[in-house]
Amino acid sequence: MNLPLLPYESSSYAASVDAIFLSLLLLCGAITLAVFVVIIFFCIRYRRGSSADRTHYPSHGEQVGIEFTWIIIPFVIFIGLFIWAGNVYYEMFSPPTDGLAIYVIGKQWMWKIEHPGGQREINQLHIPVNRNIVLTLTSQDVIHDFDVPAFRIKHDVLPGRYVRMWFKATQTGTYHLFCGQYCGDFHSRMAGSIIVMSDLDYAAWLQGSGTQSAPESLVAEGSRYFHSLGCSGCHEGSLVVHAPSLNGLYQQPVPLQSGQIVVANDDYLRDSILQPSKNVPAGYQPIMPSFQGLLSEEQIIALIAYIKSQRNDLPPNSRDQP
Amino acid sequence: MPAEAGAELPNFPFKDAGHQRESALFGMWIFLATEVLFFGGMFMAYIVYRYLHGQAFQEAGAHQEWYLGFLNTAVLLTSGFTMALAVDFARQGQRNWLLVLFGVTWLLGAAFLGIEGYEYYDKFVQHLVPGTGFRFTGSDPSASEMFFVLYFTMTGLHMFHMFVGLMLILLFGGWSWVSPSFLLKPNRFEVLGLYWAFVDIVWVFLYPLFYLVHPR
Amino acid sequence: MTQTPEMHFIPRENYLNQGKTLVSWLFTHDHKRIALLYLISITFFFLIGSIAAVLMRIELTNPHGEFFTSTTYNKLFTLHGVIMVWFFLIPSIPNVLGNFLLPIMIGARDMAFPRLNLLSWYVFMFGGLFALASIILGGVDTGWTFYTPYSSTYSNGWVIAMAVGIFINGFSSIFTGLNFIVTVHKLRAPGMTWFRLPLFVWTLYSTSLIFVLATPVLAITLTLVALERGFGVGIFDPRIGGDPLLFQHLFWFYSHPAVYIMILPAMGVISELIAAFSRKPIFGYDFIVYASLGIAFLGFLVWGHHMFVSGQSIYAGMIFSLLSFFVAVPSAIKVFNWTATLYKGHISFEAPLLYALSFIALFTIGGMTGLMLASLAVDVHVTQTYFIVAHFHYIMVGGAVMAYLGGIHYWFPKISGRMYPENLARWAAVILFVGFNLAFFPQFILGYMGMPRRYHVYPEEFQFLNIVSTCGLPLLGLGYFLPLCYLGWSALFGRIAGPNPWDAPGLEWQIPSPPPSENFPCIPVVTRRPYDYGTNPDTHEPEETEEESHAR
Repeated sequence: MNLPLLPYESSSYAASVDAIFLSLLLLCGAITLAVFVVIIFFCIRYRRGSSADRTHYPSHGEQVGIEFTWIIIPFVIFIGLFIWAGNVYYEMFSPPTDGLAIYVIGKQWMWKIEHPGGQREINQLHIPVNRNIVLTLTSQDVIHDFDVPAFRIKHDVLPGRYVRMWFKATQTGTYHLFCGQYCGDFHSRMAGSIIVMSDLDYAAWLQGSGTQSAPESLVAEGSRYFHSLGCSGCHEGSLVVHAPSLNGLYQQPVPLQSGQIVVANDDYLRDSILQPSKNVPAGYQPIMPSFQGLLSEEQIIALIAYIKSQRNDLPPNSRDQP
Repeated sequence: MPAEAGAELPNFPFKDAGHQRESALFGMWIFLATEVLFFGGMFMAYIVYRYLHGQAFQEAGAHQEWYLGFLNTAVLLTSGFTMALAVDFARQGQRNWLLVLFGVTWLLGAAFLGIEGYEYYDKFVQHLVPGTGFRFTGSDPSASEMFFVLYFTMTGLHMFHMFVGLMLILLFGGWSWVSPSFLLKPNRFEVLGLYWAFVDIVWVFLYPLFYLVHPR
Repeated sequence: MTQTPEMHFIPRENYLNQGKTLVSWLFTHDHKRIALLYLISITFFFLIGSIAAVLMRIELTNPHGEFFTSTTYNKLFTLHGVIMVWFFLIPSIPNVLGNFLLPIMIGARDMAFPRLNLLSWYVFMFGGLFALASIILGGVDTGWTFYTPYSSTYSNGWVIAMAVGIFINGFSSIFTGLNFIVTVHKLRAPGMTWFRLPLFVWTLYSTSLIFVLATPVLAITLTLVALERGFGVGIFDPRIGGDPLLFQHLFWFYSHPAVYIMILPAMGVISELIAAFSRKPIFGYDFIVYASLGIAFLGFLVWGHHMFVSGQSIYAGMIFSLLSFFVAVPSAIKVFNWTATLYKGHISFEAPLLYALSFIALFTIGGMTGLMLASLAVDVHVTQTYFIVAHFHYIMVGGAVMAYLGGIHYWFPKISGRMYPENLARWAAVILFVGFNLAFFPQFILGYMGMPRRYHVYPEEFQFLNIVSTCGLPLLGLGYFLPLCYLGWSALFGRIAGPNPWDAPGLEWQIPSPPPSENFPCIPVVTRRPYDYGTNPDTHEPEETEEESHAR
C-alpha cells in the first residue's frame, strides 16, 4: 500500500513499520491535540480577571490520584508500544536462512556489490522480487550505512567486521539507496539504486551482465584463490601439515585452544584468514601464515563464499551455489 | 578559628570555618568523582578489550616487570602515608614537620616517576611502544598492541596526575616555607591530601590490571 | 503592599555600578556579573552557530549543492553542531540564569566557590579559543559526533584542535556543576529546606549531577581520539583490533545525558514561569522534583538508543528501547503538571508566558517524536534522517531556546532594573514560534520520506520541502534579532521596573532590581512554601493574613 508522503512500502516488513508509525502518529497526535486544547481552554477560561469559579480545587489526595493516573496510563501504553515495535524490529534483524546471499563492500564513496554468480555492480543492486535477500556487508575504510528507505531498513557497515541485513522486496521498481552514516566529503553522493525485477527479468539480467562470456561465480573465484594462494595445500588433505578440514565448517561450533567455543560465522572465517593465531582451534598449532595486507575485501569475500559452499551434504557439482 | 580563604571577599558565603571546611571537602569529593569517571572510560575500554582478547593480553602482560610495579606500589602507598601525616601537621600548624613530610612525599613521588620512566624507556628499547616501530610476536600481535596502548595511556594519564600533585606539593611547601601565615588556611592541605590519596588509589587499580595479568 | 510606578527607582548601589572598570568585571567574584559575562559569550557563539545554519539552509534550497563544495558544507554542519551544543545550549540557562539566580533563590550571598565560578568562565573562553582556532585554520568535517575511524584516521580537518577546545569547555561545565551542588547543599538560608526550594533550583541541581558525572567521560573519549589521531595508536581502529563501536558507546554515554543537561534547566524555567503567570503554586511540586531527579538518573541508562542500527546486539537494542520509554514518563509528568497548573489560575499573557506556552507545545511535539524514536522498528527507518534533525531541534530550539528566552524576559527586570517593551516582546515570541515551525516541521516529513541527514546534495523530490524549511529562517532570525535589539535598548532606557514587577513570591523578588552585590542586606529566614500566593495549598482559597486573623 502506498500512502501519500510516505515512500513506497516495498518490502515485506515495510507495512508493519508504517503501521506502528501511523498508530504512533495518531496516538501522539491525539494526546498533543488534547494538551493543546486543554491549555487553550484553561488560558481563556482562567485568564486574569475572568469570572470563572476558582473554588473547590482538588484536594491533595485527589491531586495525587490524578498524578498516578497520568503516570500509569502512559506507562502501560509505552510498554505496549515497546513490545509491538520490538517484535517487528526482531523480525527485521533476523536474517532468514534461505536467502539469496549477496555481498556488499562500502568504501569512500561507493558501494561495490557482488552477486553469488560473480556479477558485480557499483552503486546498484539488482534483485528479484518476492525473494529473501540476505546482504553481508563490510567497509573498506570508515563506517557507512546501507540505507533503503523504501524497504524501511538500514544498517551501519563497519570496517573489519561483517554485518548482515535482509529484506524481501514486494514490488518491482527502482528505489533509492543512500549512505546513511556520515563518511566524509562525498557522503551525500554515495547513493545509488535498488532495482527490483521479476524473476524472469532477473534471470535475464544475470545472464546479460558482465562483459565476459559468463562471469565467474563467487564460489568459483574463491576456489581459484583457495588453490592459487596455497590454502588447499594444507587444508585439503595434506599429509605433512595438520590443518583443520573446512568441509561443513560454516556455522558450526568450533572449540578453541583457549577453551572457548565459537561459531564459525563470516567474522570467524575472516579472522582466521587475516589473524590465524587469534582463534586457534583446539588440537592444532598456530602455524598458519597470516594473509593480512595480502588480500582485498573482494578476495576475502570470495574465499569465504567458497568455504561456505563446502558442505558435506551436497553432491560435488551443486557446490557452485553457496 | 576564624573563617579563612576568601574571608575578605565582599560576599563571603560561609557561616564559620567549620562550614567552609565542610564545603571545601565536599567540593573536592565531587571533583574526585569526576576523576573516577574520567579514568572510568579507559577502565571500560580495558575491560572490553581484555574480555575480547584475553590470551593476547596475557602474552603482552608477560613482558611487564612485576617487581618494578610492586616497588612502585610500595613507594606510592608509603607516600600516601607521609602525605596524610603532612596534612595532619599542617592542621596543627607545625610547619617544620609539614615541610619534612612534604619533602619525603615529594621524593617518593619523584621516585615513582623515575621508576616508571625507566620502565617506559625499557619498553621503548624492546619495541613495545605502539606507534613507534611496535614489534610483537604472539598469537594476536594487534590485540597485544592494544594492551600496550592502554598501558601507556592509562599509566601516562596517571603520571600526569602525579606530576600535577608533585607541582602542588612544591608550591604549597615552598609557600609555607616562605610565608608561615600560609598555614593559617589549612583546608587547602586537606584538599591536596585527598587528591594525592585519589592518585594513589587509581594506581592500586592499575597495578593488577597491568602487572598481574600473566599467570606465573 | 504593591508599589505605585512613581515609587520605583534604580538603587544607587547595585551589582552593576559597584565597580565600573573593565578590570572590576574581568576579575569579579560576583555570581551576577559572571552570569552577564557568560551572557555576552554565549550570544557571540550563538551568532556564529547561526551563521553556519543560515549558510547551510541557503545551500539546501537547491538539490545539487551549487554554492559550496561538499567539504565546506560538511565543515558548516560540524561547526553548527559543535558551537551550538557546547558553546551555546549547554551553558545557556545554567551559566546565565542559573549563575544569576541560584544563590538568590536559596537565600545566599554568592556561590560556595566564587573564584571557581570566575575560573569556569575563563576556562569556557579558553576552550572557545581553541574551537574558533580550529574553525579559522580550516575547520573540522567530522560532524559534532566525531565518529571513528573517520575522525581519528581519515578526516583532513583540525580535529585535535577542536577536540582540545571541547575538552577544555567540559571543565567549565564540571566546575559549574561542582559549584552548584555544593552551593545547594551548604548555603541554603535558614528555613530553606530541600522541599521549599524553587523548582528551578531543583532542575539546576539535577543538571549539575549530570555535569559532574557525564562530562568526564566525554573528556576521556576525546582524549583517546586525539591520541589515536596524533600518535597513530589505535584504540578504535579495527586494523589493530580496536572497535569503532567502543567510541560510540563512550561518546553517547556522555552525549545522551548531555541532552538532559540542555533540557532540564529549561524545564525548571518553565515551572517558574507557569506558576508566576497563573499566580498559583505549581501543580504537583513533589512529583516534579522526583521527575527531575528521575530524568537525570534514567538519562544515564539510555545511550544505546542512538545506536540501534550500529551493529550493537539486538538484545542491547531492546533494553535501551525499553529504558528510553521509561525516561519519557517523567517528562510527560511535567507537561501534564504544567497544564494542570493553569487550571483555576489567574493567567496573564505577558511575553514570558507566551514563551512558556510555546515551550510546552513544541517540547510536547518533540517529545512525542522521541517516543517514535524509542520504538525500535520505526527508529530503524528514521534514524540518520531529517526526522532526527527535526526531533532534536524541536526539543533544543523549540524547547530549550524558548525557555531561555522566556527566562531572560521574566528575569530581565531583576537583572537590569528595567522593563522591556511588552507588546514588541509578544510579537517577537509569536514570530519566533511561527518561524520555528515553518523551518522544522517539514523536516519530519523529509525524514520519513527518506532524506538522510548531513546531505549536501539530495534527490530532487526533496527540494520543495527543503525550500519551505529555509523560508522559516527569516522569521526565526527576526524572532532572535528583535529581543537582541529591544533588550539591549531597554537595559539602558527601559521603564524602571522596581523590585517585583510580576508580584511574584520568590526570594529573588524580595530584593531590589538590580540587586546589591551582597544580594540580601541580611540573610532571610524562610518560613513559607515556594510559589506561595497567600492561598491555602489544598483549596487554593485565599488564606487570611495574620492581621486579618487578629482583627477577627
